[in-house]
Amino acid sequence: MDCAKKTKLVLLSCGSFNPVTNMHLRMFELARDHLEDTGHYEVVKGIISPVGDGYKKKGLIEACHRVEMAKLAVESSSWIEVDSWEGRQADWQETNKVLRHHWEELLSREQGTDVVGTVKAGRKRKRIDAVSISNKRKHGKMEVAHKGLMHKTDGPHLMLLCGADVLESFGVPGLWKNEDIEEIVGSYGLVCITRSSFDVDAFIQGSDLLWPHRHNIHVVREWVANDVSATHVRRALRRGHSVRYLLPDPVLSYIQERRLYTAESEQTNAGVVLAPLQKHAGNHG
Amino acid sequence: MGRIPLVLLACGSFNPITNQHMRLFELARDHMHHTGRFQVVGGIVSPVSDSYGKRGLVPAQHRVAMARLALHGSGWVTVDDWESRQPDWTETVVTLRHHLQKLLGQQPSAADLQMPHSSLEGSSEPPQLKLLCGADFLDTFRVPGLWRAEHVEELVGRFGLVCVSRGDLQADRAVHESDTLFRHRHNIFLVREWVRNETSATEIRRALRRGLSVKYLLPDAVIDYVREHQLYTWQSEQRNKDAVLRPLGQQGAPSEPLNDS
Repeated sequence: MDCAKKTKLVLLSCGSFNPVTNMHLRMFELARDHLEDTGHYEVVKGIISPVGDGYKKKGLIEACHRVEMAKLAVESSSWIEVDSWEGRQADWQETNKVLRHHWEELLSREQGTDVVGTVKAGRKRKRIDAVSISNKRKHGKMEVAHKGLMHKTDGPHLMLLCGADVLESFGVPGLWKNEDIEEIVGSYGLVCITRSSFDVDAFIQGSDLLWPHRHNIHVVREWVANDVSATHVRRALRRGHSVRYLLPDPVLSYIQERRLYTAESEQTNAGVVLAPLQKHAGNHG
Repeated sequence: MGRIPLVLLACGSFNPITNQHMRLFELARDHMHHTGRFQVVGGIVSPVSDSYGKRGLVPAQHRVAMARLALHGSGWVTVDDWESRQPDWTETVVTLRHHLQKLLGQQPSAADLQMPHSSLEGSSEPPQLKLLCGADFLDTFRVPGLWRAEHVEELVGRFGLVCVSRGDLQADRAVHESDTLFRHRHNIFLVREWVRNETSATEIRRALRRGLSVKYLLPDAVIDYVREHQLYTWQSEQRNKDAVLRPLGQQGAPSEPLNDS
């Protein structure tokens, strides 16, 4: 049984991280434990990718702060990093685009053509495989090409790490394009941390889109409720309540020094339509 | 301003101390400040002694050491090992009496309370000591033989409780259903923790036994300590497996449960 080679995995977590909390960090730990416990995987890296300001979510403070706080949060981690690419884009990037970007980075590193470095440093991207991918994309064979690449390479696979709420959001009209969902669960895969209130298995069962890819969707049961959300943290901060021990101390200091998260900051993008809904207006998912 | 200086005392196993324990202090402090009547000047973590006999309890020296590591950067909460050093298990009110006496005796010296002297000046009120606990604690009053009626009376009458619970009404119900608690309801402060955060020490010990990660549930320094000393194994969880919890053993003939509804 232990002769089988373990698949290397990189877990990518997209989200507002507004701000990053212990709950976000716990998700990585829970996912890694679960996947490695199957005996089939070795989780080699985790990536936090804070969304860009173009997402236009209410209360979303500047990406530069959110990236910096995430970096402070993972300082003590041996395997979780922060990538600022998505945060630096002017326009909002669909999740599958972010996955593609990181997949291309992983590939180019595997090819050995990349400069040695971490995702934290800005660096040149070798476009050899990226070009071949984009060519295949133009011919509508992208998904097949990705799948093929994923299985051919000995390198790590990339999966999206998320909460059950993201999976649930697949059902919100206009929020996701079907072909994007298809790409995410088909070409990459999902590691989904459940909050016990949402029946993930039933949701997958009831979705013709997700059901064929059910083996690519790993459901991690969180037995102990941990609902500490960034929304709750922001609310507490607005009201002058302590959020200590809900997020790492260096993140808390960063917030306090700059007085981020006030009643005013919560009004950012008030009345503005969320970018994905704007973009997909007219698409009926 | 006339605010009453207040110290919060938390008794418990702290086996091990977790972020959730430390949250209780933060939530309680905010709540008591917002009443306008109190100025929280200190917090005390008082780990129970080994003779408590609870299942899976690791030696007090470790539990005290871990709590100290966890609260190292706190600024207002400290760890006191008096209770853990007593030869036998100490009733909660005895621990409270000990700390109140210490507090009153030290009144002129703000240094012991780790607050600038000015916070005690201008307050003509003597400092108070209240027990910090979770909602489950209120339900323990109903366990036959666990509490002496006069102790409950002293606990809620003379000292007072700051009880942190989830958004459910468990604590309110417990106060409502007991005449003793109801009589002293103005000395029982119910603090709501609206988000569910159920990562208990029990859960953490379970994860540790199974080699699972507990990072971000308790401070890194405590995790390192646990690793170094190899605490929390299947074996450690077997400790006191067949023992009777000390308070139940000590009280002799079971007294009337607090059945005064």
